[in-house]
Amino acid sequence: MQWTATYVFAALFVFVTVMGFAAARWRAGDLNHINEWGLGGQRFGTIVTWFLLGGDLYTAYTFIAVPAAVFTIGALGFFAVPYTILVYPMVFVIFPRMWAVARKHGFVTASDFVKGRYGHSGLALAVALTGIVATMPYIALQLVGLETVIGALGFDTHGAMGHMPLIIAFLILAAFTYSSGLRAPAMIAIVKDLLIYITVIAAIVIIPAQLGGWATIFAAVPPEKVTLPTPPADSLGTWSAYVTLAFGSAFALFLYPHSMTGVLSASSGKVIRRNAAILPAYSLVLALLALLGYMAYASGVATKPEFAEGFAKYGANFAVPALFIDQFQGWFVGIAFAAIGIGALVPAAIMSIAIANLYTRNIYKEYLKSDCTAADEARVAKLVSLVAKAGALVFVLALDTKLAIQLQLLGGIWIIQTLPAVFFGLYTRWLDPRALLVGWAVGICTGTWMAYTLNFKSSTYPLELFGYTMPGYAAFYTVILNIIISVILTIVLRAVAKREHGDMTVASDYA
Amino acid sequence: MPDNKDKAQITSSGLKRRWLIPLIFLPFLTSLWVPSYNRIEPTLSGIPFFYWYQMVWIGISAVLTIFVYLATNNKEEE
Repeated sequence: MQWTATYVFAALFVFVTVMGFAAARWRAGDLNHINEWGLGGQRFGTIVTWFLLGGDLYTAYTFIAVPAAVFTIGALGFFAVPYTILVYPMVFVIFPRMWAVARKHGFVTASDFVKGRYGHSGLALAVALTGIVATMPYIALQLVGLETVIGALGFDTHGAMGHMPLIIAFLILAAFTYSSGLRAPAMIAIVKDLLIYITVIAAIVIIPAQLGGWATIFAAVPPEKVTLPTPPADSLGTWSAYVTLAFGSAFALFLYPHSMTGVLSASSGKVIRRNAAILPAYSLVLALLALLGYMAYASGVATKPEFAEGFAKYGANFAVPALFIDQFQGWFVGIAFAAIGIGALVPAAIMSIAIANLYTRNIYKEYLKSDCTAADEARVAKLVSLVAKAGALVFVLALDTKLAIQLQLLGGIWIIQTLPAVFFGLYTRWLDPRALLVGWAVGICTGTWMAYTLNFKSSTYPLELFGYTMPGYAAFYTVILNIIISVILTIVLRAVAKREHGDMTVASDYA
Repeated sequence: MPDNKDKAQITSSGLKRRWLIPLIFLPFLTSLWVPSYNRIEPTLSGIPFFYWYQMVWIGISAVLTIFVYLATNNKEEE
């Protein structure tokens, strides 16, 4: 049992809990309005947005899973770095438009926008459902990340009593999200991000020195893992896998409801463009964290008897927690673990808020109670945020963690299928909503089938074209298929049918 | 909700020098060409090229974005 680390961890948790509840009074607004509860009143400036998006996108699971991937598969796991580089140019160009049109028409979700732009309820419902379904396992994985560090502190995370720390953390999260809305994760993100920066800087200064320098660390890694293996003559091998994983993940990231919520809560398009320039600071942190995977390798934690039980329970996800325990003093282990643990609360809160926004605006108000008042809307959203988190908790406690990982993998393939409707929709109304809906359905089915042929263990599908194999991210391939189908069907529909759907937006709304 | 008069102003101002924007998409090209960075030498204080080169691109990409932001930013906006 890591007692010193546990005290520090618990103290920091209590601190952010108090912050989470106090956040309701921060730049106070009427929290009985969904725009105030679910988007923080759209008043966040450059710095708060930076902390909020940093806390939202670079999740606890990322901090555990990226180094774990590098630890197990080597260079291929480093695709997370080009991935985060490619994201921000898109944010710079696309999201000030999204923000402007959302502000003009009071859109809170991507589905709101699709409804307004295409006037087609079916397509809007598809976008809302995809968002909800793709995000649920993502919340579950945050709890998996949290459970890993709680386990590393020495708690037995199995059995009824073993689940107590996770349940307590969950109750805290649920309570402050309910009462403070998006203001809570925005405020807590500041603490979480500072802790992460401190941890990573310390790790990068202290650990390589203790292990004998970078050259020694990389010498310990098998050479075939240090770079991507040269592909065979008839295949692009890991090269196309690396590139498509980076591109596909980058396209998918900002289609996730929690990213959308984070961006729309900014106070202007300018704040978003500024953030595209300063958010890469987190990418650097992520890159350094990825290298922790090799440090874990070089430190030999995987073969040390005191960590055997942890690796048996949590697999490669235990690599970074084990490395910290091995290399840091007790009190600093507490800080590092709190960074990861609190790092789970921020995205989990924002994800549950995003799901709540989607359900309330695009399902409840649309189909169940069209005459609901603003207060009704906020009340339902708060309740749904609880249900979403409770669902994720039950998922982690009752089902296998592997299932959450597999569903999260599918979630990436599903969410990217909303790209043509959402991103292209910001630039043109040319695509027909019915064509987009068919493209979406084909993309979802093909992508799920690809994952099925890989036994849901991987998302790198060996696409064969003209006798040449191009292993690549299934999300990347299927969204291309989706786009092709949407375009062809639009041309066909233009030729045979004339029915026009409404568009409540005009060109000037986007600037 | 901003009133419509504000909105009209934002629309009329927009961004300057839009032709600079494609610059920030440079990493899309460089990251596609895997053989250009998939090697160990030259190392940087023991870190293989594959890793430090891609980390340097995080910095280049941020600097490009800051440059393009400043060059395209229209002060009248907001």
